[in-house]
Amino acid sequence: MENIVQQIINGISLGSIYALIALGYTMVYGILRLINFAHGDIYMMGAFLGYFALSFWNFSFPMGLLFAMGGAAVLGIIIERFAYRPLRLAPRISLLITAIGVSFLLENLMVLWLGASPRPFPQKIPLEIYFIGNIVITNRQIIIILVSIILMFLLQFIVLKTKVGKAMRAVSYDKETALMMGIDIDRIIALTFAIGSSLAAAAGVLVGLYFNKIDPYMGIMPGLKAFVAAVLGGIGIIPGAMLGGFILGIAEVLVSAFISSTVRDAVAFIILIFILLIRPSGILGKYMREKV
Amino acid sequence: MQKSFKILLILSILFSLLIFPLQAAAPIKIGAIFPITGPIATFGISSANGVKMAFEEVNAKGGVLGSKIELILEDDQYKAEEVANAAKKLIERDKVVAIIGEVASSMSLVLAPICQASKIVMITPTSTNPRVTLVGDYIFRACFIDDFQGTVMANFVYKTLKLKTSAMLVAVTSDYSKGLAQFYKEAYTKLGGKIVAEESYSEGDSDFRAQLTKIKAAKPDFVYLPGYYSDIGPILLQARELGITVPFGGGDGWDSPKLIETAGKAAEGCYFSNHYSPESQDSKVQTFVRDYKKKFGETPDALAALSYDAAMLLVEAIKRARSAEPSKIRDALMSFTKDKPFRGVTGTIYFDQNRNPVKSAVIIEIKGGKQVYRATVRP
Amino acid sequence: MRRNYILIFIIVIILVYLGNLAKGLNPYFYQLLVFWGINSILALSLNLINGFAGQFSIGHAGFMAVGGYFSSALSVYQGEKIISLLNFLPLSVAQEIVFFVFLILGGLISAILGLIVGIPTLRLKGDYLAIATLGFSEIVRVAILNLDVVGGPRGFPGIPQRTNLSWVILWFIICLLLIRNLINSSHGRAIISIREDEIASETMGINTTFYKVLAFVIGAFFAGIAGGLFAHYLMMLHPSSFTFFRSVEILLMIVLGGMGSITGSILGAFMLTILPEALRGFTYLRLIIYSIILIGIMLLRPQGIMGGKEFSFSIFRKIYTRVNKNENIGSK
Repeated sequence: MENIVQQIINGISLGSIYALIALGYTMVYGILRLINFAHGDIYMMGAFLGYFALSFWNFSFPMGLLFAMGGAAVLGIIIERFAYRPLRLAPRISLLITAIGVSFLLENLMVLWLGASPRPFPQKIPLEIYFIGNIVITNRQIIIILVSIILMFLLQFIVLKTKVGKAMRAVSYDKETALMMGIDIDRIIALTFAIGSSLAAAAGVLVGLYFNKIDPYMGIMPGLKAFVAAVLGGIGIIPGAMLGGFILGIAEVLVSAFISSTVRDAVAFIILIFILLIRPSGILGKYMREKV
Repeated sequence: MQKSFKILLILSILFSLLIFPLQAAAPIKIGAIFPITGPIATFGISSANGVKMAFEEVNAKGGVLGSKIELILEDDQYKAEEVANAAKKLIERDKVVAIIGEVASSMSLVLAPICQASKIVMITPTSTNPRVTLVGDYIFRACFIDDFQGTVMANFVYKTLKLKTSAMLVAVTSDYSKGLAQFYKEAYTKLGGKIVAEESYSEGDSDFRAQLTKIKAAKPDFVYLPGYYSDIGPILLQARELGITVPFGGGDGWDSPKLIETAGKAAEGCYFSNHYSPESQDSKVQTFVRDYKKKFGETPDALAALSYDAAMLLVEAIKRARSAEPSKIRDALMSFTKDKPFRGVTGTIYFDQNRNPVKSAVIIEIKGGKQVYRATVRP
Repeated sequence: MRRNYILIFIIVIILVYLGNLAKGLNPYFYQLLVFWGINSILALSLNLINGFAGQFSIGHAGFMAVGGYFSSALSVYQGEKIISLLNFLPLSVAQEIVFFVFLILGGLISAILGLIVGIPTLRLKGDYLAIATLGFSEIVRVAILNLDVVGGPRGFPGIPQRTNLSWVILWFIICLLLIRNLINSSHGRAIISIREDEIASETMGINTTFYKVLAFVIGAFFAGIAGGLFAHYLMMLHPSSFTFFRSVEILLMIVLGGMGSITGSILGAFMLTILPEALRGFTYLRLIIYSIILIGIMLLRPQGIMGGKEFSFSIFRKIYTRVNKNENIGSK
């Protein structure tokens, strides 16, 4: 029993990271209908930005986190501007291929520059371990969960309560009409990329804190899985991405604890296919009937 | 016009005469295939560094048999088809006489039949699967095969440390890790020890808490963790976080400065078996470690040391054979004996009839943030 | 009509014979030709699903892995036994026959899996289908990682080398003719109509589910065959050859070549076989240049090199073009 509780705590920590990455996926997909395969690599870049801020420039942890988020937002805007915007009218599959190209490019540039070896992440926050009976919770786990929940609420607030958020929703609902209403679509799309990227970067920094290890290829698997999380919760829906992330994190940890750690990577996809078959629009999604 | 033409002609003849004797013999081409991009790039890059440094040293001293060595390095992205393409290109287009590679046994098993079929010498620095060298008489390796290290560690844990129960955490994606674990388990249970938990992970994972939580519940005296340092650091940290305090131990995959860098205090009191100790007073080791640090800015890991030795083995064999013909290089490699072994950074090496090296192992303890020599074990 | 078949038969014989002659080639080029052929089969079969039927599958590596591993497992565990049963034939003939049968079995298993996966998932549209197929191929990969009979994560060595250029050419021609004839038949029109407008073609009385599944299953079959050829050439299989990036690579071939173009697929396969090799000299920079070229091509020519058009030698006097509407493939 203790074991299960312990594993669920581990799972929630992992899940909140998936949730943060999934949010960026969901937002970009909602607005461009693009599976942004480079998103996982932005998460990686965020982790490295945090790494530099903390170890070379000696930022404090919250400052490092903000720096990484800001840097990744700029990166997201640059990528959107130069790799995706020229393809706005092209077949969507070309856009997808470009996203994959950007993903390759980011990974390999980082390998060329820093080498592929994993680096230890600066341990700015000294580890504290709390025991509840036999169950262990570390202050880092608490930080991860808290930071992600705060960010999610912030995002929800931006999207639902601000003017920019309204514009975002309008663009994702109907681009042409939004344009006619005088919304600067390019600006809104760039902004969406900026917000999504900064959330991914936050996830990257938190992962560095949690796993103590970052490397240029760290974004591939979490990227794919976070997308699964987004689909699971209902793509384009912000609370859905969070829910999907937590479900996925807990499922993975439980499977590797009680079945086998090698099956773990398949769990995400098994859940995915299952959910697509019984409820293609995701847990919180609404089914939209295609009209002639 | 006529005159200037003549002068030009004479000058150019003089020039070419000057150049001619300076022109060295054609370089000896040696290929290397490593995964310098892709999921295990970190091992590939270390290995490539070791080989590069070896050949640069040799060339700085004037090469071998009057020729420089030309290294042609190929990347395979840790994919079988890329290994095959790189090997065919090296052999058929570049006409290399020998190939150093690959890191992983699975990829060496793609490379070996191609080298054997073309009768090109192949030395793998780090592939431990016994099957690799059994492919044919042109295939060599520079590392231990698995049984030796696993057994050595089991003896050390049971007899010297007197720890009677062990847990194992094994990288199932690695031949190396699985092999070591299997022989550790065999030797350890034979001695009377008990394996209380067996858990697994995949190389490159970052969350090990699920497995570690289970290991913690089994309450072992010792955790055997054969794997590569890139995973070991996070595992140790997460283990200590979860409150596992017993010593961990592993094989030569632990040997990297990055381990202590990543794990910090979590690595204190852990043990691993290795070819050599970077702290060793042996002058060969000392110069190797110093030069490597100077060139690449980090202390070499086991892969770099083994690749360096693999490259030097080739050079030494070419010297002995007085020829760069593959068949003669192979014969020269087999001519190292117990009394006249090859002396490398990772110890003295000669080959048995299956072209596996015979060499001794050392046990190293991590103490005060340093690798401290504990014992030497001979085969 | 009959004359056509005889002609094709003769061409096949000549090409297979050429494959035999090619053994005198530099083995490096020979190998690249083999990989080009295998990649062409993969690209053609994926193009049937993505380019012609307008579905969006990115799980081709999964089908390739299934076919490759299944036929290899047969060769490794049953090959010797069955060959010895055929002792009334010369050894080499027996080996080739057994190889041919195993390849087809590998392809069939892959096709059956395609059917099982296809029937439920092809209800999904566009990106959802893409993610489902991606998920499928990842599940296949993880399943292989957990199967110790085929070496799990450590790879599957000891597969006999049976594939040669002649075999590859033969299968390439079979795949090419089958897909070309299918596309030009009334069934092919039905398949293409799904791409153009699924709802409209359904109202025209076309059984869209049947044709989508048909395209999917045929695609899976040839991916399985390609996997078998691949395995019996390399003599070793490793899960790292069948990651998500393998699927992406095949997708790249058809997108670069042009969706819905048969010659484009072959061209795309050629480019993606040659490009990484041509960039070998750059060692550390290789993949960076590769990805820049990729992005560059997409930005400059998003519809692929051939677009939806065909390049044809069949009538030497004129190059005819088939007009295909090519916008918005795979999207809705």
